[in-house]
Amino acid sequence: MSSARDEVLGRIRRALADRPAPAEVRRDYRRTGELDRTALLDLLVDRLVDYKASVRRCAEPELAGTLVDALTERGAARVVVPPGLPWDLPGAVRDDDLTAAELDDLDGVVTACAVAVAETGTIVLDSSPDQGRRMITLVPDYHLCVVRADQVVQIVPEAVARLDPDRPLTWISGPSATSDIELNRVEGVHGPRTLEVVLVD
Amino acid sequence: MTVFLGLPRADPESHLHGAPFPQAARAAIADTQLRRNLGNATATIRAKRARVVGEVPDWAALRAAGAAIKDDTLARLPELLVQLEEAVTARGGTVHWARDATEANRIVTALVQATGADEVVKVKSMATQEIGLNEALEAAGIAAWETDLAELIVQLGHDTPSHILVPAIHRNRAEIREIFLREMGRVGLPAPADLTDSPPALADAARRHLRQKFLDARVAISGANFAVASTGTLSVVESEGNGRMCITLPRTLITVMGIEKLVPTWQDLEVFLQLLPRSSTGERMNPYTSMWSGAVEGQEFHLVLLDNGRTAVLSDPEGRAALRCIRCSACLNVCPVYERTGGHAYGSIYPGPIGAVLSPQMTGPSQNSTLPYASSLCGACYDACPVAIDIPSMLVHLRSQVPHPAAERAVMRSVAYAMGSPRRWAVALAVSKAGRLLGRRRGRLSTLPPPLSGWTSSRDLPLPPAESFRDWWTRTHGDGS
Ligand code: SF4
Repeated sequence: MSSARDEVLGRIRRALADRPAPAEVRRDYRRTGELDRTALLDLLVDRLVDYKASVRRCAEPELAGTLVDALTERGAARVVVPPGLPWDLPGAVRDDDLTAAELDDLDGVVTACAVAVAETGTIVLDSSPDQGRRMITLVPDYHLCVVRADQVVQIVPEAVARLDPDRPLTWISGPSATSDIELNRVEGVHGPRTLEVVLVD
Repeated sequence: MTVFLGLPRADPESHLHGAPFPQAARAAIADTQLRRNLGNATATIRAKRARVVGEVPDWAALRAAGAAIKDDTLARLPELLVQLEEAVTARGGTVHWARDATEANRIVTALVQATGADEVVKVKSMATQEIGLNEALEAAGIAAWETDLAELIVQLGHDTPSHILVPAIHRNRAEIREIFLREMGRVGLPAPADLTDSPPALADAARRHLRQKFLDARVAISGANFAVASTGTLSVVESEGNGRMCITLPRTLITVMGIEKLVPTWQDLEVFLQLLPRSSTGERMNPYTSMWSGAVEGQEFHLVLLDNGRTAVLSDPEGRAALRCIRCSACLNVCPVYERTGGHAYGSIYPGPIGAVLSPQMTGPSQNSTLPYASSLCGACYDACPVAIDIPSMLVHLRSQVPHPAAERAVMRSVAYAMGSPRRWAVALAVSKAGRLLGRRRGRLSTLPPPLSGWTSSRDLPLPPAESFRDWWTRTHGDGS
């Protein structure tokens, strides 16, 4: 008896006995955005808010203070941070392979990001040291994410081009949501129920 | 000389066929609650989808690229699957191949047993529904928890899904509340006794109920929306975060994926991550997409590649484009037949227009002989499909392949005979005029004598006109000779 692998591959070859010509893929869709920087950042903010994320904007020197303000207003006293997060925050617990149950006890998580897509209001995390394991942005109920202006692109193809497929990736567009009950959108089922973004310009 | 017997179809363990469509549809149409739920839901998703698709200036180019990438994938499927296998293996994952549902279930069951776990958490996946994985695991003493809210509603309700994207579309909030109150306590944390039927309260009950299961689970099972051959990247597209929970927390991740889910290169995702969310939920982007290449962050990763009738679909040059399908469900929401009957009437876990094509292709047309007729051929599904699958033409093609009853063949033969000569046709028209006498009062004929009664059991027949075109032409232009 041949192995399942050989048999499935054999079946596929037989199914393609008519030798269909490989289709030509024309990439004549948009590959780059056309917005200037101001419009690009405004679009990102607009789309994030549309997805029920809250947004703060600040300049680089104000960043640390803005983060502290956000945590204070939220009442997040103890937050997990990835090992490579470059800012010192009050109440920060560095992730040192915390278990899911330990994460569940914390008030939130603060991370940086890899790329943000303005047109879709999406933030992508790639598990770099300033973003950490996928688990830490998943279990706590509140995610505070820092996006730098130079990480913002306009459209999806620009984001795909910047990302490394060998890293574990998480694309986030707004907080967790469901529409499974009579198609009513309810924010927050299993992921963080609150997403807050600080855009640094 | 060897006789080519065709390619093996989906095995009978698969959930790809049920009662004949006309029978199941009759019951569904009589259910007014169901029709109201469906009508509201499909109209809402249609409007959302139209709005976000209208926002994208290059939609036509994306759609053409999506179709071409999938056709290219199918044409080069053997080499690309081998490439995927190499890429996943090189990154610490293990690849398994399954000829059919039984084999896939056996592989997954053995993998779960090897971990010593007796329960698993599941991400919503069409492939695992198709093979009846939950039932197979249950038979082996392993409890499989569905974690998508809609799938949870379906599972707790001892029900079957009725839509690809919103499987509990046929349930309203009052029914969901009742199901939660009655069933949650039997399998884990009970719903709060004062649970109301407001959607946020119901979602919160689900969150609490599932939280412990996520934190405890050692094994997760998922499907995949896309797999990238060159990098071995798998991806799951979702909204609730239950997918992220399953994919991230347990130590072992098992992904079951149809062999057509492939795209050749990383860059190809830039097309599908635009086409899928907008076509599916009508959002610019779904809340969460997870991607991983091989075994990551300390997990053990297994990928099960499933045939189960897909190679039979591939072998039909006129039907193979059905394998482009990315399961967005846009075709369901625009289909006038689906809107009235709902998904259960199709008898397969793939309902709606794509199900009417895919199910008979996978099982063989004789298992699902009524499905190619479950369509008005209006073409709305073709227009909506983000990978431009010409579903109406495929349905017509399949109608020619399903077995037809002897009586129908006899009628078609006699019509062909009558139309074969002008004189015979004139006689037939004269006879048909007599038909007017039968239906004079209602202006329609609602039943014909057998064998034609099969046709009129689900439709009225308009009366033959008082004057045929040929008679009119002769009267106004002379007989032309
Ligand atoms: S056939 Fe097209 S529209 Fe229907 S589910 Fe598949 S991809 Fe979507």
